[in-house]
Amino acid sequence: MASRPTAPAPRPLSPHLTIWKWRVHMAVSIVHRVTGHALAFGAVVIFAWWLAALASGPEYYRFFQDVVFSPLGVIVGFGLTWAMFQHMGSGLRHFIMDAGEGYDLVTSRRMAQGAFVFGATATLAFWAYILLGKGL
Amino acid sequence: MGNGTRLGKVRGLGAAGGGVVHHWWLQRVTAVASLFLVLWFAFSLARLPSLDYASARLWLSQPIVAVPMCLLVVSVFWHFRLGVQVMLEDYLHGSKRVIAMLALNFYTFVLAAFALFSVLKIALPAA
Repeated sequence: MASRPTAPAPRPLSPHLTIWKWRVHMAVSIVHRVTGHALAFGAVVIFAWWLAALASGPEYYRFFQDVVFSPLGVIVGFGLTWAMFQHMGSGLRHFIMDAGEGYDLVTSRRMAQGAFVFGATATLAFWAYILLGKGL
Repeated sequence: MGNGTRLGKVRGLGAAGGGVVHHWWLQRVTAVASLFLVLWFAFSLARLPSLDYASARLWLSQPIVAVPMCLLVVSVFWHFRLGVQVMLEDYLHGSKRVIAMLALNFYTFVLAAFALFSVLKIALPAA
């Protein structure tokens, strides 16, 4: 029998993030996961806190409002709104791809770009509606 | 009739006996539900005249608001629990993964309980 090396020979590794040319398809996929987790651990906490504060009485709710409508709170809120619309846009892209559509090169790139355009446009439109409509 | 193709026999049987397809499908179902519920929630909030205590409570105490809000909690929380699970399965292994998965379940259920209880506390006395 042939003798075997004591340590296993190093196996070839699959190319990782650093070796790929950065393309919009891969960016939208990574951003989908990142925004999803920002929503799961950021927006969801603020949402549950909002409901609990609303159920806890006017004094505690005022404290909640002071934190959330502080300058830092509004910046975080703007970021999470973008995360929500961006995740929604790339999620719609996933629905199309789950149906087996949009895998040709041109459509695939357009849908990835479209997800970013949707995320940015919807976020700006949403905040413009709030700020212009109510004059916070 | 035969016994079906070999592909047909294994279709729907993931590594854990069907869990994989179930997970995939539920993530899509909760995605569709969350899409509509989150859009409803965002536009309702934007259209509220004020987010102060009295108007927010009055709004949430209506059944037409409280029921979709409870559905939103179930759908969104279920959806993110499935999504975070995929991330944990990608990056963590062994006992770390087990502990993280437990923490994820506790995190999801505790927050969901707070959210649902709060909606019911506001909406039920008004009914």
